[in-house]
Amino acid sequence: MERHYMDSKIKGVSTGVSNVNYVCSKTINKLIQVHDRIFCCIAGSLADAQAVTKTAKFQISLHSIQMESPPLVKAAASVMKELCYNNKEELQAGFITAGWDKKKGPQVYTVALGGMLLSLPFTIGGSGSTYIYGYTDAKYKPDMSREECLQFATNALALAMGRDNVSGGVAHLVVITEGGVEHVVIPGDKLPKFHDE
Amino acid sequence: KSITTIIAVEFNGGVVLGSDSRVSAGETVVNRVMNKLSLLHDKIYCALSGSAADAQTIAEMVNYQLDVHSIEIGEDPQVRSAATLVKNISYKYKEELSAHLIVAGWDRRGGGQVFVTLNGLLSRQPFAVGGSGSSYVYGFVDAEYQKGMSKEDCQQFVVNTISLAMSRDGSSGGVAYLVTIDEKGAEEKCILGNELPTFYDQ
Repeated sequence: MERHYMDSKIKGVSTGVSNVNYVCSKTINKLIQVHDRIFCCIAGSLADAQAVTKTAKFQISLHSIQMESPPLVKAAASVMKELCYNNKEELQAGFITAGWDKKKGPQVYTVALGGMLLSLPFTIGGSGSTYIYGYTDAKYKPDMSREECLQFATNALALAMGRDNVSGGVAHLVVITEGGVEHVVIPGDKLPKFHDE
Repeated sequence: KSITTIIAVEFNGGVVLGSDSRVSAGETVVNRVMNKLSLLHDKIYCALSGSAADAQTIAEMVNYQLDVHSIEIGEDPQVRSAATLVKNISYKYKEELSAHLIVAGWDRRGGGQVFVTLNGLLSRQPFAVGGSGSSYVYGFVDAEYQKGMSKEDCQQFVVNTISLAMSRDGSSGGVAYLVTIDEKGAEEKCILGNELPTFYDQ
């Protein structure tokens, strides 16, 4: 999920990948960089998601060269949306696109399964997200600081990973600001613990 | 018809049960003010979820069986006995029924207790959530629950949880019903829609 705060963005995802009832990999990074200051979180069928993001990355690079300036986050999100909407019968993946651009600063966009594009202050996605709707609704405040945002994302991820059997492994977070991009990786045993652990 | 979002939490000296009030049949809301907290005995209540008909029937049957049992033993029944009676019905008819009851109450021996009887199992837990709206608030209750809360904190926790679930789950809504049970007895409360806590997007 992403958090949008003041002039930065934080995205976080957990890393479990499963194939029916078998966990293929516990350490996949589901945060894909599509441009210098724009990242995509993938959820759903990872094969579909990887295929879409590869295509999108190419199209966004081309667009950015033609425009002679870094792409807008909205443009990147639109590219994802076009791919999802036009191939909605075959694809089964959802995306969260977030990043920073000079025009509007930090932004978060979500592209749902059928190809709907929405701009939101924060958003969550994936199978584990149903368990944390209540938590994120209760705890989100607009204009959080970077540390509060990181804490919010980490807590929400830890709670979802604790309840969803197909989420787990390691938590990846990415902080995107005007100044650059910073990766934070939190292994499972360093995640915050709650009352029953 | 299905009914959803129920919660029961133990606190120091009793329990608080909470529920929403919506009963839906497919896409229609057939009752927007149903009280899903049913009395099983003076200080033992159960929260109904799943199929409305199944849940109400189980509650009525157990109410009757508990009355007989309490006359036979000559004193108030234990919460565990009530939960066992519910569990017996749920397990025996598990293929035909689709209701989940959370049983909670106060008795002299164990204080406040919450029991889950999902699918015919019997388990005592410090708190329990159930119904379709419960999926959305697992994260919230995991984060916010603390052992040894006071009665007021517990009531606030239950109201917040129900509020969050109602705002996300299509099958939950209406008003929130609360029942607080302690040594002195059971107190019922109804919190109307406009008095429920609101969060950042409301």
